[in-house]
Amino acid sequence: MSNLLHVSSSPHIRSQSSTTTLMSDVVIALIPATAWGVYKFGWHAFWLVMACVISSIATEYAYQKLMKRPVTIHDMSAMVTGILLALNLPQTFPIWMAVVGSVFAILVVKQVFGGIGQNFMNPALAARCFLLISFGAQMTDFAVDTVSGATPLALIKNGTGSVEAILAGDKLTVTDLFLGNIGGSMGEISTLMILIGAAYLLIRKVISWRTPVMYLATFTVFMGLFGGRGFDLTYLAAQLCGGGIMLGAFFMATDYATSPITKNGKLVYGVALGLVTGIFRIWSGSAEGVSYAIIFCNLLVPLIEKVTLPRFFGQGVTKNAK
Amino acid sequence: MTKNIERLYNGIIKENPTFVLMLGMCPTLAVTSSASNGLGMGLTTTAVLIMANLMISALRNVIPQKVRIPAFIVIVASFVTMVQLLLQAYLPFLNESLGIYIPLIVVNCIILGRAEAYASKNPVVNSIFDGIGMGLGFTLGLTAIGIFRELIGNGEVFGHAISFIADYKIGIFTAAPGAFFVLAALTAIQNKLKAPCATNKAEASDIACGGNCTSCSGSACKGNKELIEAEQLAAQAEKVRKAKEAAAAKAAAKAAAEAKKED
Repeated sequence: MSNLLHVSSSPHIRSQSSTTTLMSDVVIALIPATAWGVYKFGWHAFWLVMACVISSIATEYAYQKLMKRPVTIHDMSAMVTGILLALNLPQTFPIWMAVVGSVFAILVVKQVFGGIGQNFMNPALAARCFLLISFGAQMTDFAVDTVSGATPLALIKNGTGSVEAILAGDKLTVTDLFLGNIGGSMGEISTLMILIGAAYLLIRKVISWRTPVMYLATFTVFMGLFGGRGFDLTYLAAQLCGGGIMLGAFFMATDYATSPITKNGKLVYGVALGLVTGIFRIWSGSAEGVSYAIIFCNLLVPLIEKVTLPRFFGQGVTKNAK
Repeated sequence: MTKNIERLYNGIIKENPTFVLMLGMCPTLAVTSSASNGLGMGLTTTAVLIMANLMISALRNVIPQKVRIPAFIVIVASFVTMVQLLLQAYLPFLNESLGIYIPLIVVNCIILGRAEAYASKNPVVNSIFDGIGMGLGFTLGLTAIGIFRELIGNGEVFGHAISFIADYKIGIFTAAPGAFFVLAALTAIQNKLKAPCATNKAEASDIACGGNCTSCSGSACKGNKELIEAEQLAAQAEKVRKAKEAAAAKAAAKAAAEAKKED
């Protein structure tokens, strides 16, 4: 009997993509930023990435074995969490602390809430905030070549005078910020490398342009209006390239489980992210605010999805008819 | 005397307010950032609990049923004020580290719960022992959680550094999120071991789902709703019946009075 005679329920046309292919695309897209971090900061950075990846996968495997659940380490989502967490750490970070963070990300944020697709906030970012609260000193130690230095964002926030002068005091230009010749967390220093990865994801249609573009646009306008320096191009460029916002916008805010699925919802979510990040960067004690902004907006996602649910054909017509 | 010892056992082990009844969760989460804070809070609450139980038990035949809750709160608040003034005078450092949670003992549900459930119905001596038992049980719970959080978060126990842990301390455990992690893990273990506690009742309750939230899939609530609705209907029917009876009695009385007049 021919297969054509089998009748099944819709959908009849299926995409070839699966969790595994999507996650491998994300891993491929993260390679440039990771490679740049390792090139800039040396072997310790490499071991940090390895530690995070291995402990994430091992935690997921151990938990699922212990709880007698299907083991899902082959879908590579734990690997992505591990890499993203490592990219959010400073390169001097002790290995054992990174392992604690990975275990927290997978165990508490992801698996306890039901595993992949069920987590209510981004595991890597929740773990970053966990580490920031637990090991504040080590998490903000951005020493490069044993010279302990503040990130460009902190310099700009606390400094006076023009942005060019502040950066020049540290022998930096905005081009250095864009290329990644600065101190900072391992994966977020080079805007160029992140954009290469993001372009790959956009071309492969793994992520949608809506959230990142709205995020960056809202953030730029907000900083221009309330940053205290007006629409100074150098200032805005430094704000965009100097911190974690690029990595956050393209790789963390677009996480499927913790971002809206509706098209308008993605736009609203991007705007909310831009506003919250701007508020944190301008008025909070710290110069950075991307991670807190994203996990805060993760909590708004169910509400955003509720109000942006698309209408089905004919819905609401009688209301408008006079 | 055996009853008094039974009260102590009941408070510390069988109905431990922190681990079994799960009452007083606000101070449990808020002040257990170190073992000494937990111990201080526990003992302060114990002192208030004993005095409040004594006074409420002594006044149990005087306090009118309708205003008993305000009366309990006035009594508890008086003792809390005394204890706070004593702390300010003699243990100022403890007063500072516990802060707002001392005045909040007034609305601690363990104290009101014991007043309502035990002291207002039982003799004075038994109530005192009930207060001692419950207070020590609470102290034990807070100190245990405090030791654990201080050990992991700060590498210390009662302020003494434990050398091999001090290098690997995880600061978040002494902060507010750490309290939730520890309590959640504790409850998860209790549920897994099917230990007696408020989230894990062994005996089936009146409500349809049995009161066991771990096995709830949402569908159990339907039966629960029907049960409650049936109860409400019965209560309403009872009310209507009573009103009818009252009306009938009134009519009968009127008829009797008229008959008397005619005589």
